[in-house]
Amino acid sequence: MTTTRIPVLAARGLVKTFGRVVGLDGVDVDVYAGEVLAVIGDNGAGKSTLIKCLTGALVPDAGTITADGAEVAFRRPQDARDAGIETVYQTLAVAPALDVASNLYLGREERRPGILGSVFRMLDTPGMRSRAEKAVRDLGIDTIQNITQPVESLSGGQRQAVAVARAAAFGSRIVVLDEPTAALGVKESNQVLALIERLRENGLGVILVSHNMPHVWQVANRIHIQRLGRSAGVITPSSHTMAEGVAIMTGAAAA
Amino acid sequence: MLGLTTDEPGGAAAELERRRRAPAQRAQHLLHSHPALSPAIILLLTCVAFTLLNDRFAAPAALSLLIQQTAIVAALAIGQTLIILTAGIDLSVGAIAVGSSMLAAMLAAEQGVPAPIALVIGVAAGLAAGGLNGLLVTRVGLPPFIVTLGTLSVFTAVVLIYTGGQSVPGADLPDLLSWTGTTFPIGDFRLTYGVVIVALMYVVVGWALSRTAWGRHVYAVGDDSDAARLAGIRVNRVLFSVYAVAGLIYGLAAWVLIGRAGAASPNAIADANLESITAVVIGGTSLFGGRGGILGTLLGALIVQSFAVGLSLAGVDDQYRLLAVGVLVIAAVSVDQWIRRVRA
Ligand SMILES: Nc1ncnc2c1ncn2[C@@H]1O[C@H](COP(=O)(O)OP(=O)(O)OP(=O)(O)O)[C@@H](O)[C@H]1O
Ligand SMILES: [Mg+2]
Repeated sequence: MTTTRIPVLAARGLVKTFGRVVGLDGVDVDVYAGEVLAVIGDNGAGKSTLIKCLTGALVPDAGTITADGAEVAFRRPQDARDAGIETVYQTLAVAPALDVASNLYLGREERRPGILGSVFRMLDTPGMRSRAEKAVRDLGIDTIQNITQPVESLSGGQRQAVAVARAAAFGSRIVVLDEPTAALGVKESNQVLALIERLRENGLGVILVSHNMPHVWQVANRIHIQRLGRSAGVITPSSHTMAEGVAIMTGAAAA
Repeated sequence: MLGLTTDEPGGAAAELERRRRAPAQRAQHLLHSHPALSPAIILLLTCVAFTLLNDRFAAPAALSLLIQQTAIVAALAIGQTLIILTAGIDLSVGAIAVGSSMLAAMLAAEQGVPAPIALVIGVAAGLAAGGLNGLLVTRVGLPPFIVTLGTLSVFTAVVLIYTGGQSVPGADLPDLLSWTGTTFPIGDFRLTYGVVIVALMYVVVGWALSRTAWGRHVYAVGDDSDAARLAGIRVNRVLFSVYAVAGLIYGLAAWVLIGRAGAASPNAIADANLESITAVVIGGTSLFGGRGGILGTLLGALIVQSFAVGLSLAGVDDQYRLLAVGVLVIAAVSVDQWIRRVRA
C-alpha cells in the first residue's frame, strides 16, 4: 500500500480491558479505501474486541481512532453508522421477532412522505419492503426469499445473510464483517466473497475477520494478524503463504 | 426387495408423524404471527358461555357495565403492556394512578387551584413518576422489578402522607375531574366519557406501536436489547420513553378513575398491579418481551371483567372468578412458552 494515502479508518494504541482480562493491548490498524483488510487470529486473540472498538460497540480505554485523518470518538454504534461504517457483528445483532425488511431498516426507518410521516410519524412499510427486496436482489444474496418473514424463522446461515445484506446495502465508507461466512454453505460463502470484492471495487474499505484462511488469501489485500491482544504483524497474500501466516498467528514464527 | 420392505415402515411412520404434527404446527405459527388471536377466541367462548347461562349477560345494560368496569384496568394495562414488551414489569402502576388522582383532587378541592390546572398537574405527576422509574432503570441500571417495587412503596407512602389517608368526596370535586364518569347513550348502550378517553388511548398507542419507528424499537429492545444496541438503536432512550409514556397513561387513567369512583380515594384500585399484569398476560404479551401488543391486552382485560360480570349474573360466588382467572393466567403463559418454541 502507498504510504501517502490517508487511511479511511485508522487506530493507534487501542487498549481495552475487561476487569483483569486484557482484550486489546495497544493495537494499531489502518484501512484504506478500496482495499480488503483481513484480520486473523486464534480464538480470544481480540479480533472481535478490535472490531467493536472501531465501530462504537465498545469504547476503548486508551488509543485514538481517525476517519479520513480526523480524530473521531464513537460512543455508540449509531455514531460509527452515521460516519458511514456498517458492521456485521459476530452475534449478528438482528431482532428475531421482526421481519427481514424491518431488520434491514432497523434504527434508520423511513417515514411516509407528507403529513402522515411528519405529524403522524407513520412508517413507509411498503416502501421499505420494496427497497429491501431490491437491495437483497442486487447484492446477489439469494438465500433470503421472503422479505416479510420473521428473522427467527430463518436458518443460521440465512440470518447471517440478512446481517451481511444490511451492512452491504448501507455502508458508504467502510464495511466491517466479523466472521460473516461462519454459518454459510459453499455457494453462499462465495456469494459473500463476491460481494466483498464488489464493495472494494466500489471504493469502500472492507475489514474482514475470518478463520477461513483460503477465503482470506483469496480476497484480502493485506492481512492483520492479531495474537494475544496485540498485533503480530501485517502481511499480504503475496508476501506470505497461508502456512507462514498461520505460523505467525500461533506464535511459531515472527512476521 | 428386503431393503425396500424394511425401509417402508420407517418412511410411513415418519410420514404419519409429519401429518399428525402439521395441524399443531400450523396453529402454532398462526398464534405466533397473531398474538391477539388466542385471547379473542377465549373472549368469544366466554361470552357465548355466559350468555347461555344467563341471557341477561348479552343485554346492553350488562355489556355497558362490563365496558365501564373494564375501562380503568384496560387503561392502566396499556402502560403495563409497553413496559412488559421491553421485558420489564411495573409494580408501581396503582400507586402512580392513585397519586395522580389524589394530587389533582386535593389541589382542586382544597388548594382552590382551577380544575384544568389541577388536572394537568395531576397527569404531569404521573408522567414524572414514570420518568423516575425510567431514570432508575436506564441510568442506575437496576432491574425494573426492583425499581418499581421500591417506587411502589415510596409513591404509596408519599400519597398517604400528603393526603393523611383522607379521601376527597365527590361533592368537593370540580365537574371537570368527575366529567369522565358522565354517561351518554349510544343506542341501547350507556358509555362514559372515561370509556371514550381510554378507547382513544388505545388508538393512539396502538398506532405508535404498529406504525412508527418508536414502536418497532420498543419491540426490538424487548426482543434482544444487545442486538438492538448494536443495530444502532439508543436502547436507554427507548426504555426511558416507555416508562415515561406509561406514567403519562397512568396519569390519564387517574382522571378516568376519579370519574368512575365519583371521588378520589388514596385506597382506590388496590389490586391494580396484579390486574393490569393479568390482563397483559392473558392478552398474549410475552413476559420475556418483544412479543404481543395492546389489542390482546384489551381483550385480556375484557375477559377478566366478563368473568366477574358473568359469574355474578349466574349467581356464582366471587371466589370462582379468582379461580378461573388464575387458571387462565397459567394457560396463557403456557401457550406463550409453546409459541416461543417456533424456531426454524
Ligand atoms: N464483554 C467481555 N467481558 C469480558 N471479557 C471479554 C469480553 N469480550 C471479550 N472478552 C475477552 O477478551 C478477549 C478477546 O476476545 P474477542 O472476542 O475479541 O476474541 P476473538 O479474537 O474475536 O475470538 P473468536 O475467534 O473466538 O471470535 C478474550 O479473552 C475474551 O474472553
Ligand atoms: Mg470474535
